[in-house]
Amino acid sequence: MSSTQDLKPDTQPDLNIERDVGNFHYDTQYEFDAGVGLTEQTIDYISDVKGEDAWVRQFRKKALKTFLDKPLPTHWASKDLENIDYEKIRYYLSKGQRPSRSWDEVPDEVKQTFERLGIPEKERAYLAGVEAQFDSEASYSNMKEDLAEQGVIFVGSTEGLKEHPELFKKWFGKVIPIGDNKFSALNSAVFSGGSFIYVPPGVKVKQPLQAYFRINAENFGQFERTLIIADEGAEVTYMEGCTAPTFETSTLHSAVVELVALKGAKIQYITVQNWSANVFNLVTKRGLAMDGAEIKWIDCNIGSRLTMKYPGVIMRGPGARGEVLSIALAHDGQHQDTGAKMIHAADHTTSNITSKSISIGQGRSTYRGIVSIPRQLKGCKNNTECDALLINTNSRTDTYPAITVRGNQSTVQHEASVSKVSAEQIFYMMQRGLPEDEAMSLAVNGFVNDLIREFPMEYSVELKRLIDLEMEGSVG
Amino acid sequence: MSDTLAIENPSLEDPKIFQFHQEQAGLEVDWFKQAQQAAWARYLELPLPVRTNEKWRFANLSRLRDTGRFQPAGGELSQVTVDRIVKASHRFKEVAGRIILADETLAAPVELDPELGKKGIIFTTLTDAIVKYPELVQKYFMQQSPELGSEKFEALHVAMLRNGVFLHVPDNVEVDRPFVIYNWTVRDKGAIFPHTLFVAGKHAKATLIEFQESASPGTEHLVVANAHLFADDGAQPNHTIVQNWNQNTLSLQLNTNNAWSDTNAKSTLINVGSAQARQEVHGKIFGSGSNVEMYALNVPTENQEFDQRTLQTHIAPNSRSDLLFKNALIGKSRTIFSGLIIVEEDAQQTDAYQTNNNLMLSEEAEANSLPGLEIKANDVKCSHGATTGRINDSELFYFLARGIPRNKAQELMVFGYFEEIVEKLDNQELADYVREVVQHKFMD
Repeated sequence: MSSTQDLKPDTQPDLNIERDVGNFHYDTQYEFDAGVGLTEQTIDYISDVKGEDAWVRQFRKKALKTFLDKPLPTHWASKDLENIDYEKIRYYLSKGQRPSRSWDEVPDEVKQTFERLGIPEKERAYLAGVEAQFDSEASYSNMKEDLAEQGVIFVGSTEGLKEHPELFKKWFGKVIPIGDNKFSALNSAVFSGGSFIYVPPGVKVKQPLQAYFRINAENFGQFERTLIIADEGAEVTYMEGCTAPTFETSTLHSAVVELVALKGAKIQYITVQNWSANVFNLVTKRGLAMDGAEIKWIDCNIGSRLTMKYPGVIMRGPGARGEVLSIALAHDGQHQDTGAKMIHAADHTTSNITSKSISIGQGRSTYRGIVSIPRQLKGCKNNTECDALLINTNSRTDTYPAITVRGNQSTVQHEASVSKVSAEQIFYMMQRGLPEDEAMSLAVNGFVNDLIREFPMEYSVELKRLIDLEMEGSVG
Repeated sequence: MSDTLAIENPSLEDPKIFQFHQEQAGLEVDWFKQAQQAAWARYLELPLPVRTNEKWRFANLSRLRDTGRFQPAGGELSQVTVDRIVKASHRFKEVAGRIILADETLAAPVELDPELGKKGIIFTTLTDAIVKYPELVQKYFMQQSPELGSEKFEALHVAMLRNGVFLHVPDNVEVDRPFVIYNWTVRDKGAIFPHTLFVAGKHAKATLIEFQESASPGTEHLVVANAHLFADDGAQPNHTIVQNWNQNTLSLQLNTNNAWSDTNAKSTLINVGSAQARQEVHGKIFGSGSNVEMYALNVPTENQEFDQRTLQTHIAPNSRSDLLFKNALIGKSRTIFSGLIIVEEDAQQTDAYQTNNNLMLSEEAEANSLPGLEIKANDVKCSHGATTGRINDSELFYFLARGIPRNKAQELMVFGYFEEIVEKLDNQELADYVREVVQHKFMD
């Protein structure tokens, strides 16, 4: 019989099966290019191209200073961060400022890219709105008309700050301040693109709004900035997907995403990250939930070289609720350092974290989390579950939670387990005629199944297929 | 207090302190003197801990930065004090041996059952052992380190070390009765650096119980203690420390438990004393078929801070480790539990568990829990759990409905909560004493 014990440590699973879809690249003529390296001039260039207000330029320059002053967080984070060469990165590249409103206006090579990624198709299928970002700027953005009539705003960050300052300025940089961490400071200095969404009181956007992020250029840094405001009683779901072609040199993606759910609002934010294996994905995501509001992050990390991402919820109002559902899959050469932050700042707030990670080959997945009930609050609850599955003998997983509770009116539970696919399970399935790799796939799907059920249907189908593909060849 | 007949000691700040201290100790064993010399140089060189160091996350560092005023203990104690200490150092009807140290000095002659001496058991003060069995002590002395952040204090410990206990149980010798150590702090502003070395030979079995106490409640102390446990193949050592220094003590306890094959090694920490207690325990498993258990029972009250860092490192395959640290927090007390299980590449078939429970009994208590895992092998069973909660209301209601007053009900429930640890002590007299000490904390 066979057991996973027998897997050779050098088993090389085929990594690129699904990433192939994104692994192509066009030579594109960029109209605007801020050049290589990061100085005040880079900032001025970006601000000039975008024609920004003085306060935005000031905000960027302040952030640049913070970025340069802050040390890398390598006292706890991966030393791999030291391999990012900020002097070689291009911080701004675009073909033009205004996103096209209809598919026909999109330039051909960009269209080809998105065609291959299946955007228009998906849009036709069910999406309420789509925005697609190609390097620094949105290249295509569209939203169903009835939503616009209800007052829903779905624009890029440039347009959002320019056209609707009264709405966005209030919260911009408030949930995630410039100095939150080195990479949020970097994003604040050079941000471009991303989505600004406002959903008016009581409006429930039934279908999800969707964004695609695509890095096309080599040595490029993508720094999109997203701010979603759900006014009182509003509801919205946002989905994002990311891809990049495989280059020899590394590429940096460092986004900042701020969510604001006012009284009774609900925001659901779904990410499927499938960056190619040369991308540093260092993202800061945080939501602010007021009275009775609910913020839910659904986070899937499949690609990238190093991902560091800990979506958080600050439960500011009584009865607010935060949730993070996270799936991470780490292959050879990949480190998925993901987790969650739950900050309870009002009575009767509840949060839930469910994290499942799978490490294949020499892949490393890390759960890092913070749960904090810092003041003497009443009736707060957190439940955290982290499960890790190790496929090969040399796969690696870590768990580093930090839980702080003050007072005797709250309860917190944290549980983590590490397991492998049991030899008995595989044997049982093979005995019934399944080949070993299919048996393995089935076991892994079983491991994440209860979490995947929480996803919107289209995504759960897609994810299951992705896992099947990733598992192919992982049994030696 | 006029407990001391001694000359004025220099404090830790005094540049001549090391030389003075070494001359006072008068130990003429070269390797040991050199080890102390090197440690002193390392102590001066190493930086004080900073909060950005993960190993000191959440810790209160202000007291640790302010240890210069303490004077390493030296000189003689008054007979009255010594008599009182010896009288109080009597918690068991029958012991295998007893050592009483007051400010690192023997308060009474070492007691060891002569029958056990004939079997080759060594139970004596560390200084005595260094002189009589220099090679044996050298084989184990400071060979392992907790590696959990207190390197500077470890260096200070070695440099200033004046006494401790050496227990060596030879192969195939089993002892049922406990070996008992009483460690007392006496002089105000005194610093002590007790060192316990417990070596269990192949298939040896023994229990060592260590009581840490202060002669009076009002004095102020710094304690940097070490305890190292070595369990050779098939050994069954059991080590318990009851930390009950007075409430003005800053204490550090830096321990390692080292297990080879087929051992059953158990260590337990009971914590009630100190203003601030930092404890590091590193369980290292070098052999297969071993079972290493690490327990702690902590009852911080008022403004006490208990900061516990643990490591369970599985180097060899097919062993088991189990850690259970339970806290009941009262008043404005704080606890930090930071635990990490490391499973190395070759340690397949490891079973490793880690649990931290915090029972919050006041509005102002704060519990920090950092339960971690680092797993580099895939065929393992590892889990950790951390819970922080309060007394179950429906259980409390059940007590109240039967006419048991709220305070009493709470106390009973806390006892029930701790019983899981107490029953693992495997010694009735010790278990009774621990229950008594816990109860005392509730009456304060």
